[in-house]
Amino acid sequence: MEYTFSLLLQQAMTGLALGAIYVLSALGLSLIFGMLNIVSFAHGAFFMVGAYVGAAVLTQTGSFAVAVISAFAAGYVAGALSERLLVRRLYGQGINYPLLLTFGLAYVLVDVVRMIFGREGTTVATPAVLRGAIDLGFGTFPIYRVFLIAFTACILSITWFAIERTNWGLIIRAGSRDSSILRILGIDVSRVWLVTFGLGTALAALAGILAAPIRGANPEMGGSVLAEAFVVTVLGGMGSLAGTAMAGCLAGLVVSMTTLFAPEFADLSLYMLMAGVLLFSPNGLFARVRTA
Amino acid sequence: MKRIEITRRSLLRAGGAFGALSAGLLPPFALAQATPIKVGFVVPLTGPYGVDAQAEVKGAELAIRQFNNEGGLNGRRAELVVRDDKLNPGEAASKALELVEKDRVDFLAGPFGAAVFAVNSIAKQKGIVYNSVGNSDTINEVKDRSEFTFHEGLTCHVTGGALARYLIPKGLKRVAVLMADYVYGQETSRGFVRAARQLSAEIVTEVRHPIGMSDYSPFFSKIQAAKPDLLLVSNFGRDQQIALRQITEFGLKKQMKVAVPILVHTARLVEGHETYDGVVGCMSYYWKLEDTVPSAKAFNAAYRSLHGGIAPTDYSALGYSCVRTLLAASRDAGNTDAASVIKALEKLEYDFTKGKQYFRRCDHQSVQSVVVLTSKGPAPGVAKDDIFEILAVESEGEKTLRTCEELGYPAN
Repeated sequence: MEYTFSLLLQQAMTGLALGAIYVLSALGLSLIFGMLNIVSFAHGAFFMVGAYVGAAVLTQTGSFAVAVISAFAAGYVAGALSERLLVRRLYGQGINYPLLLTFGLAYVLVDVVRMIFGREGTTVATPAVLRGAIDLGFGTFPIYRVFLIAFTACILSITWFAIERTNWGLIIRAGSRDSSILRILGIDVSRVWLVTFGLGTALAALAGILAAPIRGANPEMGGSVLAEAFVVTVLGGMGSLAGTAMAGCLAGLVVSMTTLFAPEFADLSLYMLMAGVLLFSPNGLFARVRTA
Repeated sequence: MKRIEITRRSLLRAGGAFGALSAGLLPPFALAQATPIKVGFVVPLTGPYGVDAQAEVKGAELAIRQFNNEGGLNGRRAELVVRDDKLNPGEAASKALELVEKDRVDFLAGPFGAAVFAVNSIAKQKGIVYNSVGNSDTINEVKDRSEFTFHEGLTCHVTGGALARYLIPKGLKRVAVLMADYVYGQETSRGFVRAARQLSAEIVTEVRHPIGMSDYSPFFSKIQAAKPDLLLVSNFGRDQQIALRQITEFGLKKQMKVAVPILVHTARLVEGHETYDGVVGCMSYYWKLEDTVPSAKAFNAAYRSLHGGIAPTDYSALGYSCVRTLLAASRDAGNTDAASVIKALEKLEYDFTKGKQYFRRCDHQSVQSVVVLTSKGPAPGVAKDDIFEILAVESEGEKTLRTCEELGYPAN
């Protein structure tokens, strides 16, 4: 088979679109793990909840924009409730207990969705305005995937701005380094953690509804997403938004190019990339160093 | 006259003697009325194929009901004992063992997926007649088969071959294959490619993907670059749904014909017509066969009557057929003894849902027709269940199966 330049470019574009989904999936996890030091095994489940809530709202309203906002809001509420009622009790008790708790929470969320929506899954239609393909010069590409790349870039920018350039972001970053100082300064740390956790799960839910027109929605969809999100988070460095963005794009490109030359290694390539990077940079590409 | 003294001990002795005498004199069928004919049904009620499994159970329930309404076997009624294998082979083996040892089932039936082999190993071990429905080539091969193993479902070779024989003569000579890299994907591709090559088609590219992928777009550039006339998507279930959705998204259907070895009724209902529009595939049964096949009409009517007016799916028909054959054979044999039922099944010729069927002697594979179809869009006046258009029905009998010698059996 002939590997032309336009074929390689097309594959690279596919990789970038794939990377956008990886970045969206991992962003919330990176926020939760980086800022709160919690390994959330329920992240894939919140992704799935977002897809289902969005699908249900889309069916009722016919508006994809309303569905996206609803999914984000539902993810936030679900995450905030989980943090307030469950996760909060395990702060300061190491990494294992929250991991186990969120692992169980994932099973509960999946079964609740099965009971409400059934087991067979559902589809989410691509919005009419984003259907079709665009000619990029080297080949046609679905408009929705171009939208995904652009939307992911916007979400990344907004999240970066919020974390790095706002007072609220400053509080979160300070708290992730030393929460006791925050308390001394009279800041309600528990409220900060609630908002951070909620935003992390909201981002997962947002990723879910945005991925749903491509992947559909089914109760088991969070499983593979969780693995991908963890790989990208670890690859990029815990808590680093720049790292998540770079790692997601890199992962998408590596998987896409591997698929072109050796498709049977497509799945494996993601983990081999992670292993390779960690050998040389154990904290990931852009690790955020903790002082406390 | 000597006075007979009745004591408690003498009364008990007399009662025991009377009871033993009665049991010995009672006709056997009266005793057997207490023991129903149990059919152990192992299906994945939990998990992504739960809806298909439930449809299969509904079909099996109809078979049981009809058998009982016809008087059963010498007064013995049939009973369906359902267990959930959760689409896990270990769980399937464990449930099958429970059915055999605890529930004392007479037959095992129903599984699809990897559970087919797990339950088969229990059936072989315990000497229980077993009839599976999963699409498989391997279950018929000499290494997996035993005298107790029967296969109601289609083989991958047959479905792949039927699809090739329908499509390739239409001028689709350049074929690309996108296959799931596990047994099902490999077997259906093999069946298709073999028949396609016999019809002078060229396989221009073959791409293997891991099972359970969520994004197939990285494969499309390579497929498009090969410029095929036809793309065979050799996977199943969610993999198939997601792959076809993304194939539609990327506009591949405008460049090539798309085919899948097996279409599933419930998957088409979930995804809708847009994803399946133009896609050609095979099924073991589609309810619209009733337009031309009397047994399909009778089956559909009975199924609708029992299950609230809904049309049977492909899995409903498989569930019905795999249980009904076992019960019909037990009736022919006059008992549920494994050796007798096996002989009866080997002689059985039946037409329960779609025309004449029988089990081939060497591998106990049900020789049957295959339906080739494509998705039908919604239209005014078209029933909600009418989601496929039948393109062809292949009824070539044993010619479409791999030969007994090829499967490892000695030539007769």
